[in-house]
Amino acid sequence: MGRTRVTLSGWELDNPVIPASGTFGYGLEFAELYDINCLGTFSVKGTTLAPRFGNPTPRIAECPAGLINSVGLQNPGVDHVLAVELPRLAKVYRKKVIANVGGFSVEEYAETCRRLDASDQVGILEVNVSCPNVDHGGMSFGVSPQAAAQVTKAVKAVTKKPVYIKLSPNVTDIVPIAKACEEAGADGLCLINTLLGMRVDLKTRRPVIANRMGGYSGAGIFPVALRMVYQVCEAVRIPVIGMGGVSTAEDVLEMMLAGAAAVQVGTANLIDPWACKRIIEDLPAAMERYGMDSLEEIIGGAHHG
Amino acid sequence: MEQVLYTIRENVPVTAEVWRMVLAGDTGAITAPGQFLNLRVPGFTLRRPISVCDWDEGSVTLLYKVLGHGTEAMAAMQAGDKVDALTGLGNGFDTGKSGQRPLLVGGGVGTPPLYGLCRVLRREGKEPVVLLGFGTAGDVLLEKEFAALGAEVHIATEDGSAGRKGFVTAVMPELSYTYLYACGPLPMLRAVDAAAKTGGQLSFEERMGCGFGVCMGCSRKTKSGSKRICKDGPVLERGEVLWEEQG
Repeated sequence: MGRTRVTLSGWELDNPVIPASGTFGYGLEFAELYDINCLGTFSVKGTTLAPRFGNPTPRIAECPAGLINSVGLQNPGVDHVLAVELPRLAKVYRKKVIANVGGFSVEEYAETCRRLDASDQVGILEVNVSCPNVDHGGMSFGVSPQAAAQVTKAVKAVTKKPVYIKLSPNVTDIVPIAKACEEAGADGLCLINTLLGMRVDLKTRRPVIANRMGGYSGAGIFPVALRMVYQVCEAVRIPVIGMGGVSTAEDVLEMMLAGAAAVQVGTANLIDPWACKRIIEDLPAAMERYGMDSLEEIIGGAHHG
Repeated sequence: MEQVLYTIRENVPVTAEVWRMVLAGDTGAITAPGQFLNLRVPGFTLRRPISVCDWDEGSVTLLYKVLGHGTEAMAAMQAGDKVDALTGLGNGFDTGKSGQRPLLVGGGVGTPPLYGLCRVLRREGKEPVVLLGFGTAGDVLLEKEFAALGAEVHIATEDGSAGRKGFVTAVMPELSYTYLYACGPLPMLRAVDAAAKTGGQLSFEERMGCGFGVCMGCSRKTKSGSKRICKDGPVLERGEVLWEEQG
């Protein structure tokens, strides 16, 4: 276990493998398949202040190396998560989780995080700044260093838990946004969220997804994600959780060499429900193969020399 | 839900567009008619959700319509090939409420899951009435098979080339039944729901991501809250269905 241990803001994880928000629900469906206590931790379904049904269907479009989703942050709202989902999870999962938070105003992010701060089951608050800023013309918080910093400060003011900002890749340059979050007090960063994408149905000649566009994820985005993790890790000192198309133990090692302190696995869970368990089991052999004694010592290795 | 590596026993066309695939392997996870399998098709990211037509201890029969590249690849699979499937997905039909003479209404490729339902109902000593709607005579599925189970079978086709000309809803008022089960395209389900005189269960179709309840790709609003068609469905109670615009 020691060889795969990693640390996020003082929180020791048995391994760096973390199912990503929106691909693991609140854990219960997976707990029926395997003992999810093998996970480093996991990021729960994105939570907003009020319940949300989300977008019309179809919400999913297939791609050769991934999929596009436009779920629209469907979730039962923070109070239901605290009253029902987290207590239910506690019966099958002993570790703390990452609470993923969405919002449509600075105040909403802060209020949702303030409520989640009360739960001992939450180890890290993961703030998704890819949502549209409804008070300011609907542009995503995550495309502006100022807006991302504003959310970071507002959330930091209401919680003692580590705050990790989950960044959008749909920007010209992700580095200034990462730095703005760091300067605003973020304890860590998570990247990347999905890439904006689209498919058209040749039979109907209309977009496949009801909302026309959606977030592209899966193996196809791994090189883009890895590049952005590498660039951000050059520029910041806070820990980065790398994600985007990670599907194998070797992908985990690549992400960590690029600088990730831990790694999230998303779309792979939807295709192979046992993906995270398999990746965790494959890690020691993959480390052996490439002569790695411990994961902590390879973090950022690709930046040297 | 279980993951099973099935062996294809048979994969043959039964109409111009619909194929029958018989898979040999463990079916222990299938607990009710109307459930589905999610098949891994080599070369494709997402699994293909296909409803169970029928099953026994060691095999499961699927009827699927070749609609796009994924189902074309399925049709190209050969007997003896292995198929990775997540099996026993979805809630399936509840036969407990059927009464003695339930009506089973199928539209097109929505017909297959009703066959397994009909078999279970017959085993329970019930006398199901089956009403199937298709475009034309060449599309008709399972008519003889339903009759062989001892069900009373009615057919409707849009062009009148088999059975009654028109939609299933033209035949429904003439039938007496104790309960309704229906599976088919959304407009058919809605029309059947409007024409129904009893309680019932409707099986919905939606484009899915995972097929086991975690991605929220296939949600549908109902009177009892949001339901995941793959996990809380595909079968919904008539009384909880909302026909309004979703989203």
